[in-house]
Amino acid sequence: MSKRHLWIALTLAIGIVPAQAETIQVTIDKLVFSPASVEAKAGDTIEWVNKDVFAHTATVKGGWEVMIPPKKSASLTLQKAETVDYFCRFHPNMKGRLVVAP
Amino acid sequence: MLIRHTATLAAMLLLGTAPFAQAADKPTDPQIAHIAYTAGVIDVEAAKLAIGKSKNKDVVDFANDMVRDHEAVNLQALDLVKKLKVTPEDNATSQALSKAAADERAKLAKLEGAAFDKAYVDNEVAYHKQVNGALETLLIPSASNAELKSLLETGLKIFQGHEQHAEHVAGMLK
Ligand SMILES: [Cu+2]
Repeated sequence: MSKRHLWIALTLAIGIVPAQAETIQVTIDKLVFSPASVEAKAGDTIEWVNKDVFAHTATVKGGWEVMIPPKKSASLTLQKAETVDYFCRFHPNMKGRLVVAP
Repeated sequence: MLIRHTATLAAMLLLGTAPFAQAADKPTDPQIAHIAYTAGVIDVEAAKLAIGKSKNKDVVDFANDMVRDHEAVNLQALDLVKKLKVTPEDNATSQALSKAAADERAKLAKLEGAAFDKAYVDNEVAYHKQVNGALETLLIPSASNAELKSLLETGLKIFQGHEQHAEHVAGMLK
């Protein structure tokens, strides 16, 4: 058994396996967030992949904002369980939702 | 005859679709490309006027967004017409749009401060509304090339976004 396997076996044995944090991609193409709604857990990271030649944002009214430059990606690690609707501040007709479980 | 023309023009102005209403026939793809490009250039010119004149950060930020987006769309339009070997063709609608925009800029240039900001942003709302209407009812349905149609559809989403953005800025100025 490799050291890594041994470690996994040990952590399993004492039951402290942390939930694996995931990175979830949201693609932006032609001013559309897809998927428009994402289910995630606190600690997961959302990565917005912007295929447009336009800058966009993911903005929560009265909350956080992520700038997403043209043809680039931007990420946010979700801190807490909450359901938030976000939009693009430059094009408020672009809308998305994050449903974050604990 | 003169009276008749004046009455028609007045009716068009009232409907707020004056420049677009003058094209009686369905525009061709080279004309549509020219109209869409011109519509973008007009908004960039208005934005540059605002960047030079306004002291309001929200207004200047908005104007910078307009320059950035419309230049990006127009760059895509230029790439597309080159690829399709289409030469954009000047036409009565493009000319009427440019004329109306030049008149509007002259009006705006005379205003200062909060009066300028309000007039610029209100005009942005009205202008984007007008272009959206033309894209939806005339330009997109008339486009025959699929790639041109698709670019116009993206352009429509951009313009609709700008209309909402402009409405938001107008709300902040109150
Ligand atoms: Cu956007």
